Amino acid sequence: MKYSPWSQDVARTLLATLRDEKGPVLMALQLMQKEFGYVDKDSVELIANYFNKSRADVHGVLTFYHDLRTTPPTDHQIAICVAEACQAVGARELVNQARAMFGDQINDAYCYGNCALGPAAMVDGKLIGRANLEKITEALM
Amino acid sequence: MKIYIPGDSAAVSVGADEVAAAIAQMDSSIDIVRNGSRGALWLETLVEVETPDGRIAYGPVTAGDVEALFEADFLHGGFHPLLLGKTDEIEWLASQDRVTFARVGVIDPLSIDDYRAHGGLIGLRHALQLSAETLINEITESGLRGRGGAGFPAGIKWRTVAQTYSDQKYICCNADEGDSGTFADRMLIEGDPFTLIEGMTIAGIAVGATQGIVYLRSEYPHAISTLQKAIDIARKSDWLGDRVLGTAVSFDISIRVGAGSYVCGEETAMLESIEGKRGVVRAKPPLPAIEGLFAKPTVINNVLTLSTVPMIMANGASAYKARGVGKSLGTQVFQLGGNIARGGIVEKAFGITLGELVNTYGGGTLSARPLRAVQIGGPLGAYFSTVQFDTSMDYESLIAAGGMLGHGGVVVFDESVDLAQQAKFAMEFCALESCGKCTPCRIGSTRGAETIDLIIQGVRVEENKKLLLDLCEVMTDGSLCAMGGLTPLPVKSAMINFPSDFNGEKK
Repeated sequence: MKYSPWSQDVARTLLATLRDEKGPVLMALQLMQKEFGYVDKDSVELIANYFNKSRADVHGVLTFYHDLRTTPPTDHQIAICVAEACQAVGARELVNQARAMFGDQINDAYCYGNCALGPAAMVDGKLIGRANLEKITEALM
Repeated sequence: MKIYIPGDSAAVSVGADEVAAAIAQMDSSIDIVRNGSRGALWLETLVEVETPDGRIAYGPVTAGDVEALFEADFLHGGFHPLLLGKTDEIEWLASQDRVTFARVGVIDPLSIDDYRAHGGLIGLRHALQLSAETLINEITESGLRGRGGAGFPAGIKWRTVAQTYSDQKYICCNADEGDSGTFADRMLIEGDPFTLIEGMTIAGIAVGATQGIVYLRSEYPHAISTLQKAIDIARKSDWLGDRVLGTAVSFDISIRVGAGSYVCGEETAMLESIEGKRGVVRAKPPLPAIEGLFAKPTVINNVLTLSTVPMIMANGASAYKARGVGKSLGTQVFQLGGNIARGGIVEKAFGITLGELVNTYGGGTLSARPLRAVQIGGPLGAYFSTVQFDTSMDYESLIAAGGMLGHGGVVVFDESVDLAQQAKFAMEFCALESCGKCTPCRIGSTRGAETIDLIIQGVRVEENKKLLLDLCEVMTDGSLCAMGGLTPLPVKSAMINFPSDFNGEKK
């Protein structure tokens, strides 16, 4: 997935689109991540000033949510569901195998709502049902 | 020539897009409709061909089968090993009682004409002719209860909001379907989004709210895009906006996307998250119905609750409450998942037994090994054993059996499951997802996982089991919300129903 390089100016333009929203901080952080692939540490102060919040408020939101990351993402985003329904069809084993092959690129996820066709995996935004190493590798091509 | 290939993300996850592309390549004149899924997920990709005799189904189809299907003249219902016959006559589907899911898989999700042709907007038109009082009475009378898990009567909640004076009120739809083993909200939004929009509009009319917000989880990108398109279409069709269907009523809907937090499915944490804050649970009272989103009176209902409202308004409360047992009236959209041969959506009246669901519909385990445990109601639900298969699936019976219905998810495990590991996972998940407000949940969950680990390793087993039960009691009584309050449910039920997994002996 392609992201823009971090830029204060681009960030400010994006924040302007949220001017009329009520309770905009989480949306602002999500918007940063969508554009730049992560939430740059400089955007905390930017968002705080823009919406008249304290930096602590923004930092608090940033660190609460699993989706939000503060470092640039890896080239590929691979996540495997490790919640109960996928555990029942071997998700734990799949994660171990995938970690042996792809290392730290494998993230844990908790439910993609594909519980009847598990194990479920998400590779670069594409949902895979009855996932195995072969299908994950294929999706990376 | 019209054929239906589901665009539902579960179907897409097993190759529906590739099947659609392969069919389009063979014959570009075919009109391909990307419908929702019928819910028989083990048959995906389920391809349906429209014929003068009705829709004929083939499944599970892969892109590799397409050429042979054309050779078999499947466009005219020709024989092929994947032929399932008329869709309406597939026993698994035909024996269900589809109310909330009546249109899912049948219609084109984004065609408002198709929606109207299948009974859409009748409920809303009816609601617009009623007084708010009569409308709320109808919902109360139907016996509809919250399908998110708590089971609170929808009509009573609506009445509280209607009777609270405010310049602004909100309808919040909880679509943060985080429970493992549940996918009905996702499938409804992807397969019949206008039903949700209609239900929210009716709720708005009933309580005098003009703004609706759907809190939809980021793990459901396809549902987000389908719902956004449906909202845009509804605005253009003079349905959402300042003059709902040409009346003086005003109502509009926007989507707020979650950010990967399970606890934000708890209603007050969800409100905090919509307000852009950390998803920390609020103490009740005040009830959200009186002081909810931005401190305004707010109806919070699950996707399935709101999506059942149009059917009740169209067909009447008495038709709905004729189904079900005791205080659990109407139908429940059960979701069969995990290690199951025939997983998917089973909508039946309350009162079907667990065994009937898992064996008759589910067909036992996918692995064909003996079935050992069933978790009902998501990560906070109890583990049942096969001796409990006579349990009636309704709110009260499940509580009496030491569990809860939750959002209707049923997850099946075969004999390879180790319930001590599952209990440990329940505690670990709570530690990961706790919002941190209540100490028993924030810290107790970590101590709980450690204690179960000691039991697994055979360290002072009896003493640690006693300690664990004591901890469970503190978490149940000392947590504000269901996260810490119900995590003990899977743990204790696993200990009670599967004691041999907690004796500290290596398997």
